[in-house]
Amino acid sequence: MRLQKNTRLALCGALEFAARPGRHLSVAEVARRYRVSPHHLAKVLRALGRAGLLDAVRGVGGGYRFAGNAKRVTLMDVVALFEGVGAPAPRRGARVRAPAERALDLVLAEIDETARATFSSITLETLLKLIARRGLG
Amino acid sequence: MRGVRPGDLAQVIEIDAVVTGLRKPAYWADLLRRYGRGRRSRFFLVADSGRRIEGFVIGEVRDWEFGSPPCGWVFAISVRPGARLAGVGTRLLEAIIAGFRRAGVKTVRTLLARDNHLVLAFFRSQGMMAAPVIPLEKDIE
Repeated sequence: MRLQKNTRLALCGALEFAARPGRHLSVAEVARRYRVSPHHLAKVLRALGRAGLLDAVRGVGGGYRFAGNAKRVTLMDVVALFEGVGAPAPRRGARVRAPAERALDLVLAEIDETARATFSSITLETLLKLIARRGLG
Repeated sequence: MRGVRPGDLAQVIEIDAVVTGLRKPAYWADLLRRYGRGRRSRFFLVADSGRRIEGFVIGEVRDWEFGSPPCGWVFAISVRPGARLAGVGTRLLEAIIAGFRRAGVKTVRTLLARDNHLVLAFFRSQGMMAAPVIPLEKDIE
């Protein structure tokens, strides 16, 4: 399964901040770590801020600080800010879909249901524990 | 954490009824009969606070089910709503996993409805990941 670039960046960003609760990180600092431009990352972090997951820290050395509850915020909460998992594809016109298309839709819906259940059951804290347990940090 | 006793059954039924909204005394009496005898491969454990039962867990070692090497299955875990977020579920799971280890198995599994996000999130928080099996079903009406 592939996530859009901004969704992946938002998940990584949320984890960076959740791993350091109370501490503010600059956009440039996080952007360097993920090899993206600060301008690009800032757009993603603003969306996390609007969702209440980050607080903006103003002034010199400003940036963001984690404002969510890592035990409660799920990967789905973040993913849903950027893309729909299992959202029906836009349809052109109201033409009747062929049997093969409808059968394929059933299989794809099954995959989407599993993806949604997975994202909805993993919190940021659980993913941080996974990083620690597997020595990925 | 300790093994269930016949005198715990009323509280187990009560916890399950509060959590599921269904009272199933015959079902729980049957589970007590089958799992409450301290067999090496079957576990029915309760979290006893000294004042009351705060939760329970049930599981067993299943051999070569669907071609899989023996592994521990957890098929019920429940904690009183008022006793949650205090580590009771974690200690229950750790206790049954210790039992599975003593029984010689190296893997623990469970099976949940995919919309049961609360309990899924609990097992995920304990380090459990998707198993290499896919449950399938078919409407046979």
